[in-house]
Amino acid sequence: MAAIEMKNIVKKYGDGFPAVNDVSIDVADGEFMILVGPSGCGKSTLLRMIVGLEDITSGDMVIGGDRVNDLAPRDRNLSMVFQNYALYPHLTVYENIAFPLRLAKMKDAEVDEKVRAASKTLDLDEHLERKPGNLSGGQRQRVAMGRAIVREAKAFLFDEPLSNLDAKLRGQMRTEIARLQKRLGITTVYVTHDQTEAMTLGDRVAVMKRGVLQQLATPRELYEQPVNLFVAGFIGSPPMNFLPATVENGQVTLPFGTFPLPAGKAERTQGKGLLMAGIRPEHFEDVSVIESGEVDSARTFKAHIDVREWLGDQQYAYVPYEAEAKVQDQLKELARESDSDSLRTQLVVSLDASSKVAEDSDTTLFIDTDQMHLFDPSSGDNLTVGL
Amino acid sequence: MATDTKSKVGTGVGIAAILIWCLLPVAWIVSLSFKSQDAVTNGSPGFFPSSGGGAGFDNYQSVFQNDEFARSILNSIGISLIATVLSVIFATLAAYAIARLEFGAKTFVLTTALVIAMFPVVSLVGPLFDMWRTLGIYDSWLGLIIPYMSFTLPLAIWTLSAFFREIPWEMEQAAQVDGATSWQAFRKVIVPLAAPGVFTAAILTFFFAWNDFVFGISLTSTERARPIPAALSFFVGNDPFNRPASLLAAGAVVATVPIVIIVLFFQRKIVAGLTAGAVKG
Repeated sequence: MAAIEMKNIVKKYGDGFPAVNDVSIDVADGEFMILVGPSGCGKSTLLRMIVGLEDITSGDMVIGGDRVNDLAPRDRNLSMVFQNYALYPHLTVYENIAFPLRLAKMKDAEVDEKVRAASKTLDLDEHLERKPGNLSGGQRQRVAMGRAIVREAKAFLFDEPLSNLDAKLRGQMRTEIARLQKRLGITTVYVTHDQTEAMTLGDRVAVMKRGVLQQLATPRELYEQPVNLFVAGFIGSPPMNFLPATVENGQVTLPFGTFPLPAGKAERTQGKGLLMAGIRPEHFEDVSVIESGEVDSARTFKAHIDVREWLGDQQYAYVPYEAEAKVQDQLKELARESDSDSLRTQLVVSLDASSKVAEDSDTTLFIDTDQMHLFDPSSGDNLTVGL
Repeated sequence: MATDTKSKVGTGVGIAAILIWCLLPVAWIVSLSFKSQDAVTNGSPGFFPSSGGGAGFDNYQSVFQNDEFARSILNSIGISLIATVLSVIFATLAAYAIARLEFGAKTFVLTTALVIAMFPVVSLVGPLFDMWRTLGIYDSWLGLIIPYMSFTLPLAIWTLSAFFREIPWEMEQAAQVDGATSWQAFRKVIVPLAAPGVFTAAILTFFFAWNDFVFGISLTSTERARPIPAALSFFVGNDPFNRPASLLAAGAVVATVPIVIIVLFFQRKIVAGLTAGAVKG
């Protein structure tokens, strides 16, 4: 077990394009670190640089106190689970798991003991003599994990290990990985593009975009205090709503109306012209389900509900609105960066399941401006971070 | 139901037609090899030897008692096996480099290989004859192994590099992360996965070497290195104007048996879908 320190890591390909640009991340001993970002953000490249499958253009990769930039993968003593598992199809499950031990020239009795222990942990006992080709996706995934945990590696590296599984299995394996990591207490770096995996698994999460580290924080901090528009939009599902806003005299003006803003936030954003307000779907509520005494009428507005999705425990309602072209362009750009697509400007609000709002009708909504963030539209920085 | 039976009958008829087309000459040679020399000379139509015209295994006995022929069988087996083994080893290494490494001469190597494969064999016989005499490897095993290899390597390299390209990169990377050197990854993971390709290349190479006649007859002068196809043509018996057809037929059958055995053996190794289960999707 060891800590992994990445210092100013840069990866440039032949054409000079930096796939990873000046990234510094410290992974503490035993920590579960997630690298997350849209496709092409450099997260997999960074992981492959840790394990040694990709050269490092500049910067230092320090594992357990030793600089490993020039070490071959086999000398780094890390274990990795590949996205497509990369099992050896000509070997049985037993030999697949035993492969790293055999390479280390370990005695047969010792190999057997370790393989049996790993297979027990992963519930693979009955499959040991089968070939990977006869296993289901989830079983193959477990064999790949078995191969990783069987030796005493300094750290585990996962490259989108769950992306090939179906949704239900993915949820189970996610819990399984979390449990395993907690029990073994081994340093883990996990790459994913799925923000749910990132939020649920990680002790800390590093959000990347186009090779640049955007924010490195705990899942809660990422969710509640995103440092910029990209992180705010990428983390959370459904994503945060972005609305054009101006702040004057402690009041914020949104396309739906003008609402009071907490003094701290107002002070930092006063008179800065057109800003981008970010507010999560759950910070809206249908006024009819709140007890009447608790509604601050200054923070309610009339909205036209277009579509409603009832999920049992909650429901999402969509409120389309018109935005000026400049704002629309920026929202589109933002959606593109996080691998999604915004077809229209609309507000997504999450309402209590008991709300009886009807589709294609007007209703009164409450907006919790205490939870609102305000971003500088040109730089994308969160102006209200920490408030 | 009706169409089902119809198509089954059609398939059966088709298969039978192809089998007859392919195997009739072989069967005829086998039948010929069991007839006595006299029966052949007198003209003995009919597939089975007519009464009194059968020779039993006499022809085979004479074939094996013929030292020249026995020696040529040994030559053929030795030369073909050595050429196959060497060719497959070189082709495996070359194909791996072509499939995996980035180097400038890659396309050059591949096109050169293709050009060599297209060369008419006959056009090279003259120069080789001259060179081999100068180098002193005329009429030797080596003198045949070299041209066999140069003509089979291109095909083997093309076949194998196609197989190597099919093997996902991750397999090797996984092996390296697991602690393997490049050589170990190649030997323990890549070669076993490419086994069907290796055996395909081996069959093709063995075929070429075993069936070659042009080199065999031009680059040898004695039984020291003469392979079976060439030896058969020298198999004239006592009377040059009356070639022993039934003896030749027996020789031809003996020459065919090893290749059938080897192909059946290799074919078992060519298990399709060996990489199934390596990666998802």
